[in-house]
Parts: sequence; C-alpha cells; structure tokens
Amino acid sequence: MLSPELSNQPEPIAVFLFLTIVGLVLVLSWYFAKKARSAAGYFAAGGSIHWMVNGVAFAGDYLSAASFLGICGMIAFYGYDGFLYSIGYLAGWIVAMFVVAEPMKRLGKYTFADALDAKFNSKGIQLAAAVSTLIVSMCYLIPQMVGAGTLVEPLLGLPHFVGVLIVGGVVIVIVSTAGMTSTTYVQFIKGGLLIVFSVVLVMLVLVKGFTAPDLATIDAAVDKGNITIADMSFTVTSSYNAENINRTFVVLEKNSEKTVWQLMEDEGKPIIREVPFQMTTAQGETFSRIFATGFVSKIVQDGKVVKETGSLDPLSYLRTFMGSIIAPPAKISYDADGSHYTVWFHNEQPGSQLLQPGASNKFKLDPDKGATPQSILNFISLMLALFFGTAALPHILIRYYTVPSPKDARKSTIVAIAGIGFFYILTLFMGLGAMSGGVINVLDSNSAAPLLAKSFNTVIFAIISAIAFATVLGTVSGLIVASSGAIAHDLADRYLGLKINDKTKVIIGKAAAVGVGLLAIVLGILFQGMNVSFLVGWAFSVAASANLPAILMLLFWKKTTKLGITVSIFVGIALSLAIILLSPDMYAVYGLNPDTALIQLSQPAIISVPMSFLTLIIVSLFTQKQKGTLEKV
Amino acid sequence: MAHGKSTDWGADKAIGFKTRIGIILFAVYGTVYMLFILINAINPKMMGLESLFGLNLAIVYGFGLIILAFLMGITYSIICTMKENFMNKPGSEEIK
Repeated sequence: MLSPELSNQPEPIAVFLFLTIVGLVLVLSWYFAKKARSAAGYFAAGGSIHWMVNGVAFAGDYLSAASFLGICGMIAFYGYDGFLYSIGYLAGWIVAMFVVAEPMKRLGKYTFADALDAKFNSKGIQLAAAVSTLIVSMCYLIPQMVGAGTLVEPLLGLPHFVGVLIVGGVVIVIVSTAGMTSTTYVQFIKGGLLIVFSVVLVMLVLVKGFTAPDLATIDAAVDKGNITIADMSFTVTSSYNAENINRTFVVLEKNSEKTVWQLMEDEGKPIIREVPFQMTTAQGETFSRIFATGFVSKIVQDGKVVKETGSLDPLSYLRTFMGSIIAPPAKISYDADGSHYTVWFHNEQPGSQLLQPGASNKFKLDPDKGATPQSILNFISLMLALFFGTAALPHILIRYYTVPSPKDARKSTIVAIAGIGFFYILTLFMGLGAMSGGVINVLDSNSAAPLLAKSFNTVIFAIISAIAFATVLGTVSGLIVASSGAIAHDLADRYLGLKINDKTKVIIGKAAAVGVGLLAIVLGILFQGMNVSFLVGWAFSVAASANLPAILMLLFWKKTTKLGITVSIFVGIALSLAIILLSPDMYAVYGLNPDTALIQLSQPAIISVPMSFLTLIIVSLFTQKQKGTLEKV
Repeated sequence: MAHGKSTDWGADKAIGFKTRIGIILFAVYGTVYMLFILINAINPKMMGLESLFGLNLAIVYGFGLIILAFLMGITYSIICTMKENFMNKPGSEEIK
C-alpha cells in the first residue's frame, strides 16, 4: 500500500508540461533535419556549433538520468558517500580538458575511432573502436531507458514499459531525422533548464531550512524484553530484536491491518515510531505500508536545540545539518514468526557522521565499521573509473567534432566543467534536502529529487520531472548517434570498406539508429528495477579500460603501434566485462551467493586499466617493425 | 569517402606548448585528486575534522576539487589563448 504522497496519480500540469517538452523536442528535430543531409551534418552537426552552445550541450549530455536522479537519490540515502560520485564524475573532465579535447578535435572527423586510427588506417583499430563504442554506449543506454520508465510512473501514472517505449519511440524519430544538430540543441536547452531549475529547487530548500516533523509516536514501556504500548487501540502481535544493528521492531495490529514500528527514545523515554515495511507470510500473503520518510529528529542551530531554523544560507545549512541528528532510512530484512520482513528503519545518527566518507554501507572504508581490503579497493577502483572514464565515453568524445576548431573544443570543455561542477554542488543540497525533508520513497532511490520538488509544489515537480524526462531523451539521442556512427562510419564504411557515398552513409546511420533504439527499448524493459548508477558504473569502467589507454598512448608514446592499440582495446573490454560479470554484485543479481563469486571485486578499473596499458606497451614493443608505428601525432 | 578532419581551422604553432601545459596541469590536479582518494581510503576519520567555515574536511576538499577544476580550466584556456595569439602571428616559429 502506497501512502498518498507517493501515489502515481497523474497531475494535469505534469502531463501538459511533459507533452510540451516532447513536442518542443520533435519540432526542433524537424527544424534541424535540413542540416543533416550530409554525413558531416548528421554525425558532427557540420562542425558549426558555437562553443558556448556545445559546452552547455556537454553538460546536458553528461547530466544524464544517473546524475540527476541517481546521485540526488544516493546522497538522500547515503549522505557523503553519494556525493563522492559527484566529485569523481566532475574530476573526470580534467582528463578531457587538459589531455584529450584539442587532440581529439585535431585528429578526428565523426567518431573517436577516427582519432585513434588517424595515423594508421588499420582495420583492427576500426573494428576494436567500433565494438568498444557499441558496448559502452549500450551500457550507458540501458540505465537511461530504465530511468525513463521510473520517471513516467509518477509523472503520467503509466506503467514502466510505457515510459521506455515513449522514450525509445521519440528518440528514434529525433535521431533518424536530424542527427547531431538536433541532439545538440535538445541537450543545450535541457542542460540549461536542468541547471536553472535545480537552482530554484535548492533555493526552496534553503529558504525552508530545517523543520522538526510532527511524527506520530506512541509511548512504550520495556520490561525484560517485553514491550507494551500506551495506545490500547493497537494490539502488539510480535517484536523482533535485530542484534546486529541494535534495533527493535514491533508489529502492531488494528482493524486487521498490520503496521511495523521501531522502538526509539525521546528525551530518555521509550517510544515507538512507525516504519515503512513489506511482509510476506508463510502462506504467501503480503502486507505492506510504504510512505515517504527521512527526517531530522533533533535540530541544533548555533549550539541551541530548535524546532525550526527558518531560511539559511548554504554554509549555515551545511553547518546546521552537521550539528543535528538526522534519520535517513536504512533497510533490513529478517524472518520472524514464520514471516519474512523487509523494514526501512529510522537510522538516526549525527549529521556530521553522514557528511563523512564511509558513513553508509555504500563504501566500507573504516575498519571499525567492517571495512576490508576488498571494500577499500572497490572504492579506489570506482574513483579511478570515474576519473579516467569520462574522457573515454564515445558520446562525449563525438561532441568535440561539432565545434569549428580545437580552440572551440577547449572553450566548450570549460563551459561544461562550469555547468557540471555547479550542478554537482547543487546535488548535495538537493540530496540532503530530501534526506531531511521526509520525501524519500524507500522503494525507489531515483525519485528523491522529483519528490523533493513535489514537497514544495506541483508546478515545480511537473517542471523538474519533465526536464528529467528530457534529460533522458537528450542523453539517449546522443548515445544512439554515437552508436549509429560506429556502425555506419567505422564498421560499414571504413572496416568493411563498402565504398559508400555520403548519402548512403547517412541512410545506413539512420537505419542503425532505429536498430539500436529498438534494442535499447527491449533492454530497458528487461532491466527494469536494476540500479541506474550501478549500470552507469559499467559504462565508465569499460570506457576507462578499453578506450583511455589507447587514446593516451596514441598521444604521448611514439612507439605505439596499431596492433598495440587494437589488442589493448579488446583486452580492456574483455577484462572489465569479465570482472563485472563474475563480481559479488552480479552474483546477487543471478540469485547466487555473493560470497562464492569467482572474483571478490565489484569495480574492475584498478585491474583492467593498468592491464590494458601494459598490453598496449608489450604488444607495441613486440611489433616495432610494423609499418604502422606511430611517428608523430 | 576521404578520411580527415570535419572542419578546417588553419595551422596552430602553439600545439607543443599547449600539450606541455596541459600535462603539467593534469599532473597537478591528478595529484590533488589522488591525495583525496588516499585520505578517504586510508584515514576516513580525518575527513571528519573541522577545517574551513565550520565545515569538515570532506566537504571543503570535495567542493575544493570541483572549484579547482574550473579555475585550472580557465587558467589553462587563458594561457593557451595568449600563446596562440602570439605564436600564430605571421612570422612566428612553431614550438615543438
């Protein structure tokens, strides 16, 4: 049973704004179709995009469903551990800015394979780069489609698969008509709107400040483990003491309706407070009560306990959060009385603790809280993947071909860093606002930002949700252009040497866009329910392992050979995918015991990136006599 | 179809200089970022220490990394633009 604030009743204003944005996207697509008749127009927007527009479009590309929905949700659930993703995602742009931007623009034409192959004209490089582009883009596409389904449920009251179908259908129309030009302008508008309305949302959070919620509690008494409550209209049916987390839960019944409550303390007196739960009995009967949660249980402002703070400036907001007691939800599952329970309990702790690394189970970093060498290695590996993966994402790299010159590529990267960095700072306030504002849907971490907006008013919710939907549209468009470029330009034209003319290449590109779009729809439906950020992490890891060693060595090591590049890309792809597929996280997805996973590491970059570099160096040294040795880039 | 760049932008004699500056700035930022990762991994409690404005080191360092990226990007672009304007004047020699 969902509480009213989490219900999926569509709001007319939300439907109107959604249709307006989708309509705007289609009109833009039609308008720019005339510029997409040549291959340069379709794949690279004719190299005519202004650097400022391209920079904001970069931000639009990068601030995908994973950034807007995923990171806000992770901060709302895990505090600083979620913000670590923001830091890693932004830091990755340094590699793009200082190392990759200008050389990629100088060497390439439509795809990043062009740049890798600029000096070699190697079939192997063309194939490897095309395969890598397709795999990375597909890893990135799936979570976007899943995110679309997640958004459409509360926005329009439609099932998940309908959201996936709408996004897939609209994007196929966009990409198969107008290509990179319309994708760029969609991303420009969306990126700009996303940042502007995120500022509005953060301002609302700061103006509201913190307010202690008026939560329903019942006085309780504990005597030798037995719990009795003051409200006699309820019957205590059972209690469970979860020793590992030192929490006690009580099941109450009233008018045949079950509810689960958590034993807590209020000024030293025992009380119980309701928690969201799902329960399945031995007979297969299910009971649940899911409501929005996450609150601040004790507000301390400038050393004084207060009921509400009023409006706060950004620094005071963070200081007050750190000094207060916050209760984000945390999940526990247990068996009691022949039933299986999943409970999201109020995990009360000092805000200062939540704003430290390793505060949640997301990253286990503190040995006192169960950190292991593997968990620390996973953290380092993820942060490396985020740092090195950004500059190796094909849909980001192709944006360098849409501006007129390397100088414009550099300037557009600075605009991107400014927009993305500013947005990531905002994510911390949106996430903490959701964590302490009673708007977390425990069943869907991705919905924290839209629900935070909904807690202020419906119009903001509708606008934010519609922009989030456009986010998905734009990112999926960019990914499909990158994939269609890999198929039409890298595979059909260059690898297979079909000698196709400009017009035919565009036709093949559009046909490939339709094919990739249909595949993305199917996968988006199949992967429903999988964590969006988890899947995006795959894309970064594979990109960092397969593409970045090849790009960096091509630029900075004169002994690099075509075989070295080819083999290192395939080794990077194979190794990163193998580690992911054999990791404990995936064993859990397969329904197997994670402890029996063949590889006890969930993030592959720390192994696969160095191995890919090593492979390139060794193979290149053994193939120096080839004519394809790099002279100078 | 011919393989080559998608647009023409003329010769740039400052490529070597820009590459060197880029690598130096990348190394500086990379070191600051790696230090951040290492503190988180080896001594996460240190991130809880109060630093500037009453905020802990985790927040200050995190915001600092984001702001530093932007400031270094601006600095890099200004230096590169100045060098391009100087080097690409008629009669200037290329920096290798």
